[in-house]
Amino acid sequence: MDSMSMEPSLYTVKALFILDNDGNRLLSKYYDPELYPSMKEQNNFEKNVFNKTHKADNEIAFLEGMTVVYKSSIDLFFYVVGSPQENELMLMSVLNCLFDSLTQILSSCAGCHGNRCGSNAGGWGKNVERRYLLENMEGVFLVVDEIIDGGVILESDPQQVLQKVNYKSDESPLSEQSVAQVIQSAKDQIKWSILK
Amino acid sequence: MIKKFDKKDEESGSGSNPFQHLEKSAVLQEARIFNETPINPRRCLHILTKIIYLLNQGEHFGTTEATEAFFAMTRLFQSNDQTLRRMCYLTIKEMANISEDVIIVTSSLTKDMTGKEDVYRGPAIRALCRITDTTMLQAIERYMKQAIVDKVPSVSSSALVSSLHMVKMSYDVVKRWVNEAQEAASSDNIMVQYHALGLLYHLRKNDRLAVSKMLNKFTKSGLKSPFAYCMLIRIASKLLEETEGGHDSPLFDFIESCLRNKNEMVVYEAASAIVHMPTCSARELAPAVSVLQLFCSSPKAALRYAAVRTLNKVAMKHPSAVTACNLDLENLITDSNRSIATLAITTLLKTGSESSVDRLMKQISSFVSEISDEFKVVVVQAISSLCQKYPRKHSVMMNFLSNMLRDDGGFEYKRAIVDCIIGIIEENPESKETGLAHLCEFIEDCEHTVLATKILHLLGKEGPRTPAPSKYIRFIFNRVVLESEAVRAAAVSALAKFGAQNDDLLPSVLVLMQRCMMDSDDEVRDRATFYMNVLQQKQKALNAAYIFNGLSVSVPGLEKSLHQYTLDPSERPFDMKSVPLATTPISEQKSATSKMPEKMAPSRQDIYQEQLAAILEFQGLGPLFKSSEAVQLTEAETEYVVRCVKHTFAQHMVFQFDCGGVTVCVCVCVSQVGV
Repeated sequence: MDSMSMEPSLYTVKALFILDNDGNRLLSKYYDPELYPSMKEQNNFEKNVFNKTHKADNEIAFLEGMTVVYKSSIDLFFYVVGSPQENELMLMSVLNCLFDSLTQILSSCAGCHGNRCGSNAGGWGKNVERRYLLENMEGVFLVVDEIIDGGVILESDPQQVLQKVNYKSDESPLSEQSVAQVIQSAKDQIKWSILK
Repeated sequence: MIKKFDKKDEESGSGSNPFQHLEKSAVLQEARIFNETPINPRRCLHILTKIIYLLNQGEHFGTTEATEAFFAMTRLFQSNDQTLRRMCYLTIKEMANISEDVIIVTSSLTKDMTGKEDVYRGPAIRALCRITDTTMLQAIERYMKQAIVDKVPSVSSSALVSSLHMVKMSYDVVKRWVNEAQEAASSDNIMVQYHALGLLYHLRKNDRLAVSKMLNKFTKSGLKSPFAYCMLIRIASKLLEETEGGHDSPLFDFIESCLRNKNEMVVYEAASAIVHMPTCSARELAPAVSVLQLFCSSPKAALRYAAVRTLNKVAMKHPSAVTACNLDLENLITDSNRSIATLAITTLLKTGSESSVDRLMKQISSFVSEISDEFKVVVVQAISSLCQKYPRKHSVMMNFLSNMLRDDGGFEYKRAIVDCIIGIIEENPESKETGLAHLCEFIEDCEHTVLATKILHLLGKEGPRTPAPSKYIRFIFNRVVLESEAVRAAAVSALAKFGAQNDDLLPSVLVLMQRCMMDSDDEVRDRATFYMNVLQQKQKALNAAYIFNGLSVSVPGLEKSLHQYTLDPSERPFDMKSVPLATTPISEQKSATSKMPEKMAPSRQDIYQEQLAAILEFQGLGPLFKSSEAVQLTEAETEYVVRCVKHTFAQHMVFQFDCGGVTVCVCVCVSQVGV
């Protein structure tokens, strides 16, 4: 741990990843090309970080020369990685934004899945679960894309992220789609059926 | 309507991953439906997701298949489904490096970027800038400038951040957008402010005056964004450091005022900046330290961690400034987060008094097995500096260190401990026997050859001088029997030293050497034979020359001389005196916790030798005998400073003149000049 002063830069996040209960990668982005450039090194890093953090449930750790902030939820683990001289609160704000945005998106989907997994019909809390994450992977990809771009924090407010992503689960009944979208898709169908 | 999951996925319960058994070829086959009309957004979306998931998992896509998939994806621009379009942008970014001809989407992206759908504009800009090169960038320049000053924050942010990414590629083009970035900086949106400030700094950072003016403006105008504040604080500290500004400068006042900001992130950044300033008096540190002290009792782990990590830094230079926080730090020792607890302890070790050492050591030993290797090394280093500070506590320390040696741990950790113990032994002669005993115990079961050989070398050096050297012989000889070749060789050398110094042990040592002469490894046999012969002579002078004193010549120099000798064989035997003596290494590494104890840094002379040998004209000169120190030929105040280094060869002299970045070498044949 050296005491070099930080070069001012917008590039604050080195990596971000989401792992499941067994430490398998569900999503991961590495923003610093010098940090673990190969897949093998990345997998190794994720494994090491997972081993040291999945039991502890503390928010922050110093591993392999990097500051890692993390949060877990039922069967998922969320990590944001920065350089050891980075402002830890800044990294936390990214983690919180990620977690809160995903919670919102995925809990709204859980409601309509209620009829498939009856056990969750009532007490759906603010917790993100692996199953719903995987079912709505595109939403997750888009959320991550809206929070960090190339290592720069793009947005820190979950509400803003959700507005920009504007993601709706596909299993939702017709009423969840906007009226405009329904009319548009109807128009498309008619147009193509005529042209065929 | 195609259901997302197979029935069997659903039935196998929550352990299944719908993406688990994806096969790249199957997915790419599915991607052919992108070409169908009408476009089914849901299905296409799902396939795109699978492609991106595969890429993320490290699946390799060949150029042809990637290009095919990419081209197919471009057809999806016909659909107006928002999520699908967004995923297309994402796919473009993900495949930008693996597909060919990605620029075909440029016109679609440009259209979206300037279109009416605000939701598309930001992401389209970011995707476009990912595939743009310098020539294309000039073509879309006016769109970028418009986007930067756009009223929609996401558009502005996207343009600013993308511009930043492109600075590396096209600095000259992006520099022309400085005015737009300046205008964007006055936006109300906290992220736009941050991005604009960041871009402006990256564009201006080589111009100190411009940076200074920018800082002045922004520190007065009062930004709202906490991220922008953090950036400003860092810029201000950097500027202070570069200009070696005094702490009565307005920049310092600004940083200090940030200690009272409403946002914790800014407060912490300010405290951290003050603490890291190279020249800070205790009085100037005080407000920063008190803020950090408050953070120590925060319910947020990240804040406690940040605080204690920074206090640790303060303690390195100004331990007295931290003493006020000792109580808070002691509370953190029992923190559930082990990183925090470790940092708290190491800070206390730096600021604590001699009486608190025992208590602290007890607390550390209870949890050291739970912390990660990196932290273990940190703790050992703190203990090592503590040992130097309170030499009388060496027995407590030694006990503790030997316990740590017995526990599991990686190489770096064990090495740090061994270095620490060696440090104590060197400082405190009273601790020598205990220290050596602990080390002996350690090498009985040590998997690291480097450490074992180091300890054996030490035993050879110190052991013979102890009151009862015979007890070490057993340990050493066991190594000869049990270990790898390198360790066995080191053990033989160590044994020789005992035989050379202690006459009563000599017979036993000779017997042991005899056995070593039967070893399977030739290095071991060679050493044993050599030492046997030397010891049997029973001459003090020989012992001194060949057993005690190491090589007094520089190793690279010796290598070069030997190489030279083999190229030019002669009747004369090789003369060691022709090898230049070992000059002091460039980086003196005397501290016990040095990072490279094994490797000797190449001396100045060795470096010169390498450089001169690389020059064609000088290769025939033979080995370099000696290089002088650099002599100043001009006064220090002159515009051009010239220094001269004289290199002496067997029959030539080379004068090396250094002037700024240019070096001129002149070779003079000495045998011809009447010197």
